Amino acid sequence: MAAVAVQLWCVAALLGTAVVAVALSRSRQLATTLIYGATMLACAVAMIGAGRWLLDHPGGASELTLPIGLPWLGAHFRLDALAAFFLVVVNLGGAAASLYGVGYGRHEHAPHRVLPFFPAFLAGMNLVVLADDAFSYLLCWEFMSLASWALVMAHHRESGNTRAGYVYLVMASFGTLALLLAFGFLAGPAGDYGFAAIRAAAHSPSAATLVLILMLLGAGSKAGLVPLHVWLPLAHPAAPSHVSALMSGVMTKVAIYGFIRVVFDLLGPPDWSSSGIVLVLGGATAVMGILYALMEKDLKRLLAYSTIENVGIIFVSLGLALAFQANGQALPASLAFTAALFHVLNHSFFKTLLFFGAGAVLTATGERDMDKLGGLIHRMPVTSVVFLVGCVAISALPPFNGFVSEWLIFQAVLQSPSLPQWGLKIMVPAIGALLALAAALAAACFVKAYGISFLSRPRSAAAETAHEVDGFSLAAMAILAALCLLAGVLPGVVIDALSPIAVEILGHRLAPQSGLAWLSIVPIAESKGSYNGLLVLVFIAVSASLLFGAIYAYASHAVRRVPAWGCGFTDPAPAAQYSAAGFAQPIRRVFGTLLFHASDHVTMPAPGDIAPARLRIELHDLVWERVYAPLVGAVGYTANRLDRLQLLTIRGYLSLVFATLVTLLLVLAIWS
Amino acid sequence: MHSLSFDISHSLAGGLVLISFMMLYQDRLYSLLNVFALHALTLALSVAWQAYIQNAPHLYVTAAIALVFKAIIIPVALHRIIKQLGIHRDIETAVGIGPTMLAGMGLVALSLALMLRVTAEADALAREDLAFALSVVLLGLLVMVTRRNAVSQVVGFMALENGLVLAATGAKGMPLVVEISVAFSILIAFIVIGIFLFRIRERFDSVDVGALDDSRGERR
Repeated sequence: MAAVAVQLWCVAALLGTAVVAVALSRSRQLATTLIYGATMLACAVAMIGAGRWLLDHPGGASELTLPIGLPWLGAHFRLDALAAFFLVVVNLGGAAASLYGVGYGRHEHAPHRVLPFFPAFLAGMNLVVLADDAFSYLLCWEFMSLASWALVMAHHRESGNTRAGYVYLVMASFGTLALLLAFGFLAGPAGDYGFAAIRAAAHSPSAATLVLILMLLGAGSKAGLVPLHVWLPLAHPAAPSHVSALMSGVMTKVAIYGFIRVVFDLLGPPDWSSSGIVLVLGGATAVMGILYALMEKDLKRLLAYSTIENVGIIFVSLGLALAFQANGQALPASLAFTAALFHVLNHSFFKTLLFFGAGAVLTATGERDMDKLGGLIHRMPVTSVVFLVGCVAISALPPFNGFVSEWLIFQAVLQSPSLPQWGLKIMVPAIGALLALAAALAAACFVKAYGISFLSRPRSAAAETAHEVDGFSLAAMAILAALCLLAGVLPGVVIDALSPIAVEILGHRLAPQSGLAWLSIVPIAESKGSYNGLLVLVFIAVSASLLFGAIYAYASHAVRRVPAWGCGFTDPAPAAQYSAAGFAQPIRRVFGTLLFHASDHVTMPAPGDIAPARLRIELHDLVWERVYAPLVGAVGYTANRLDRLQLLTIRGYLSLVFATLVTLLLVLAIWS
Repeated sequence: MHSLSFDISHSLAGGLVLISFMMLYQDRLYSLLNVFALHALTLALSVAWQAYIQNAPHLYVTAAIALVFKAIIIPVALHRIIKQLGIHRDIETAVGIGPTMLAGMGLVALSLALMLRVTAEADALAREDLAFALSVVLLGLLVMVTRRNAVSQVVGFMALENGLVLAATGAKGMPLVVEISVAFSILIAFIVIGIFLFRIRERFDSVDVGALDDSRGERR
């Protein structure tokens, strides 16, 4: 059987599971275990199939046309290296989320709203990656959007979720419109919408730039590029946690897949100026996303904002690949491209893991507000360890995987002096500085997320009585944490596995890394920089255990009782500890005044009054207030004006039709 | 012989446009119906002539349909409806006759200017025919727009359909299916609208479509 057929059978199995879920939703326990089990099986088969195909068939493609869809077209599906890689990302996330769901789903109070859509959502994402003509692509894209919308609306009675669903739906329609226009430009006058035909056709530079901008709007709105990100921090946290993990960790990657497929694969050789747009948008997204995350005190929203940051990092890397490719610099281009794919993989690992952790905290305490958490490291020891792994990985610290991909991206940034255009020569280091800023802020952000939620003392009764979650959830998180460590220690293996994609898309690859001594990676040349995850791991392990041993052996064992160290910690009340907003205050002072119009308001009671003093922090989302609110106002105003058209007489309607017809004829008469 | 056949079909199509103009200035319903019957008769003649010169016997069927349904049955039926409703004395143009005629001239000029330019490669007969057909369609729409009464809007709609039939028969090789469907659509539209007239009459004691607006609670 052809490899693509195997994938399509897995998709069919997922869709079948969705249908079974509709029938089964009466019996809660059985349905939860059965549906998530079946979904996990289908995802695992699809992942192994795609992964083996990626390793065994470099450069090949497996195609299939199904006689469904438009009668004279059929639906085309194709499995090549790029698709295989993204299938691995999608199905790995899907399998992990299903495993997590077996345990997490038992606490679901409305399983009939989640179970049918969960496999359908995964099927939709798989189909988007497999689609090989514009029609199937858009159809599957819409299917994916609608299934995820249904999951966002699963808990529609909770406050804010209906609005999140509405904003998501509007932005998804807008994104699809942009994609529709992009494919319209790609097909050109011949009107063939197969990807093979689009790839073969030549595209004029102006059309190519237009398509790139439309793809940035269409795929970017789904991936969360600033300023199209507004739906993301509303919708991702609204869904159940394992679905949030899929939306953040996987669905944004499917959007990135769409961007790569169209811009790198279908559009042909790029123009260097268009890479500038991608770079600037990516850099702005990275910094803005992480600053939003720092201002946040809701754990899941913080993670959603951090997704925006990581999408920005990936787009910067893709922009670098475009810039190098436009100038024919094959090696740096493949470096940037491989780094982007590596970060896609990494982000799907650790963001899924972190959302699972947030879900575990939510199950244990019922709280998403970090100011009501604290002290969980004593009550949820396993969750704390894996969540810490996720935090370290996403903060790009060695020896975990986040460091490797960001290091590779910086290696690509350092190649920028070889670019011939002065605009890029100046811009790329500036973007690199933005990335470095974003990376540092991300570390601060996750120190805050971990420190406030897991360390310190419990800030509420719910946090005090928390308990560890079930084994399935812990297993799913532990697998992902292990993958984070493995990809960080053995980056050469991952880079070599990614190389067929670079060959397929760019025509060039990085040098093979797996033969190098001590599992080092050397992306460009030994003199330019090399990294060895294994050595770093060994060094950290040895030095830490030496230090631990030394302290344990030589420090005094005598118990000493002294007055408590009173440095800022004299008040025993848990509310006197650092709060999420308090931790972020210095950064809010530096960036917030400009970017969020942040201001603090202190209300002091009158002398003699025993009411507490109040500190209120005011933040403005300028993107929403300056871009979206006026847009919403304009639409509302226009709709009110046009409302009068609903109440015309019959003659009025006829006159309208008549006037339109005559106007069109007049236009034709004058133009032709 | 070619020039004579061309002249005859040309004059029939031109006559159809002329009769459309006549419809524009009828302010009594009976006379409007009479003019419409004449309109349909001219169409039947024109289609029959096309059948003769194109040597296409199936067009005779279309001509017969036009003659029987549009020139005889529908006008007679509408006559009866008007009598039953007692509205034969109504004067019911919404826009003055002078501006309507001027607008009609403008529309004919537009359709001639447009069609003659667009169809530069087609043969002369089809070009003229299409230009006239578009004029008839636009004038039919104009009748619908400038009248208040539902009956005369029905008449305008059918005049518009006559224009479509003229266009369909002017081009060679149009299959019969099209004409039959067009004729039936008119018949169905006539029946539906006829029923609606009685419904409206039962409800509001009037076929002035203004009554519908009043019932929706608004005044102009």
